[in-house]
Amino acid sequence: MIKINSKNVDVFYGKKQALFNINLDIEENQVTALIGPSGCGKSTFLRCLNRMNDVIDICRVKGQIIINDFDINDKSCDVVRLREKIGMVFQKPNPFPKTIYENISYGPTIHGMAQSKNEMDEIVETSLKKAALWEEVKDRLHEPGTGLSGGQQQRLCIARAISVKPEVILMDEPCSALDPIATAQIEELIDELKKDHTIIIVTHSMAQAARVSQNTGFFHLGELIEHGSTDKIFKNPENKKTQDYITGRFG
Amino acid sequence: MNLILFTFIVLLGFTSYYFGRRKAYTIQSTNKRLTALPQFYGYYLAIWCAIPAFIIFSLWAIFEPTIVKLLILSDYSNQGYLDDELNLIYEKTKALSRGQFTGEITPFIEASAEKYLSLRSIAQSSKAVIVLSIIIASVAYAYKKISSNSRTREPVEKFLKAVLFTASLAAILTTVGIVFSLIFQTIDFFKVIPLFDFVFGTHWYPAKAFVRDSSEALDPTMYSDTFGAVPIFAGTFFIAFIAMCVAIPIGLMSGIYLAEYASVKVRQYAKPLIEILAGIPTVVYGFFAALTVGPFLKEIGNSMGLDVSAESALAAGGVMGIMIIPFISSLSDDVITSVPQSLRDGSYAMGATKSETIKKVIFPAALPGIVGSILLGVSRAIGETMIVVMASGLAANLTLNPLESTSTITAQIVVILIGDQAFGDPKTQAAFALGMSLFLVTLCLNIVALRVVKKYREKYE
Repeated sequence: MIKINSKNVDVFYGKKQALFNINLDIEENQVTALIGPSGCGKSTFLRCLNRMNDVIDICRVKGQIIINDFDINDKSCDVVRLREKIGMVFQKPNPFPKTIYENISYGPTIHGMAQSKNEMDEIVETSLKKAALWEEVKDRLHEPGTGLSGGQQQRLCIARAISVKPEVILMDEPCSALDPIATAQIEELIDELKKDHTIIIVTHSMAQAARVSQNTGFFHLGELIEHGSTDKIFKNPENKKTQDYITGRFG
Repeated sequence: MNLILFTFIVLLGFTSYYFGRRKAYTIQSTNKRLTALPQFYGYYLAIWCAIPAFIIFSLWAIFEPTIVKLLILSDYSNQGYLDDELNLIYEKTKALSRGQFTGEITPFIEASAEKYLSLRSIAQSSKAVIVLSIIIASVAYAYKKISSNSRTREPVEKFLKAVLFTASLAAILTTVGIVFSLIFQTIDFFKVIPLFDFVFGTHWYPAKAFVRDSSEALDPTMYSDTFGAVPIFAGTFFIAFIAMCVAIPIGLMSGIYLAEYASVKVRQYAKPLIEILAGIPTVVYGFFAALTVGPFLKEIGNSMGLDVSAESALAAGGVMGIMIIPFISSLSDDVITSVPQSLRDGSYAMGATKSETIKKVIFPAALPGIVGSILLGVSRAIGETMIVVMASGLAANLTLNPLESTSTITAQIVVILIGDQAFGDPKTQAAFALGMSLFLVTLCLNIVALRVVKKYREKYE
């Protein structure tokens, strides 16, 4: 099943074009990895999918991105609803300077998802459990989220993202600020999460892409060079550039 | 004479820098490795020139007048003069030697004046000779001492550190000096007026103290009900409160607008324009309050049938609030801008709108800094003088009606200290007591503000 269908997506930062004619389909309930050298546009593409590029004044997006039969670049698209459906986890853990509980309850509160304190408690608990953080923080829910370790903070951010039950989770190099143990925990978590969510992950680590993803897209200089199943991209790439990048000859 | 000497020493300093560096280059040319860059050798020699000069100059400045005075007055010793008279003679001598003496010239004083002039010229020339010879000796000594393996960088760095330390010490010592000048007068004041009467008395009427003839003996009982500071403390806080009611909402909202909503272009022009407000002298705000706002409020009030005084707390407080707006808006703008973008992204990615993000994420994160900026604004409001003097009158009424005139601590200090004062009089000392209490209040506010701001800084490190 195709979850996201992007057609002829161009992105400009001022006069500079950052993405050229991207056509990429994302499979539902699978993990899609976006790889490529720095500055190739993979994060820019990721940020198109929940319109986070709106935040940047000089950024313009052209083309269609269709999610649930609806073009999110259309004027009638409600960004608030869109971002409720499409969560995001950032490169650097960015918990709010609030308590762990408030970090999770933030999304459900602004979207009016809980009618009572009990419901909210339940959302917080399930979100933290799904993010494999519950056991570690259940006794300190009312301590600041910024006091957790880096890996725990990132799992807190994942819990925050899944608290509003998004259909898609975008992850922008979620492990680049973490040590190998925390990275392994997050990767395990990603595998778990794909049951309920469609996941798109930008990563610099090809090993990580190979470990966690079912599909891979390779970006280079703003173009999508090749995409397909992770197996095929890593074992039998069609394009010379993909092969060079994967074997570490450039990038 | 001093100027020529000084120029000469500066030139000497540059020359020794040049020689030090040249020696370093000479050492370098013999293929030896230097312990520091050549200019450190130059600085090193220049310091050996500057320090002795500085020491001798300051010693001279301290001791020369005393010694000259002793020598002059030794002619008058054993003649039964009192100390005061001797001082007078010395002052006359100095005035005559400068040609500014207008009284009766006696031969004694004339002789002293000549002696004074000759002593001064001897002192000047000996100073020049001593300074120059010591400098040359010390520079020559240092020049001989520096070699390929002598240390020059460390002493130079130490010297710089000492200079910077002295500069900061000067600021601290000034503060301490001001505090002490307040403390002693304040203590004297409270010897006459009980602390209790000052802190809890409700009548402030220092004019009553004007009537005392300073030759009369001091009678504390005549000051009862004169120095009760409650009305002016109340007035101070009341006017500051009105000012903050104007400044906090407007300042904060404009800060939030500038930081979050304004486009780069708007911000580029709007921020300096708002900061111009901070550059207007408070006297000008005073005009504005006294001549424009005050009468305007009076007119409006009268048309509504209210009795409004032309000098009202509302006019002074309102204009003071306008004066404080740029502090709050500029500081809170800085604080809000320094909230990391990642927090905004995190909130937007959850589907929060701009106002939700500001209200729930950015504002709480920036709150300590905003509180700090508000407290700094409050301490400005409490310390503000000119606007109150011009626009709110000088009568210390104990009132909470913003349409009446009240007075503040600062305005009362002005009232007390302009014109003639007798030192040692409770009326004058009252100004010091007020100054001391004002100092304590603003000190506490500043300490709290700085604490809060500091706490905020640690948050994102």
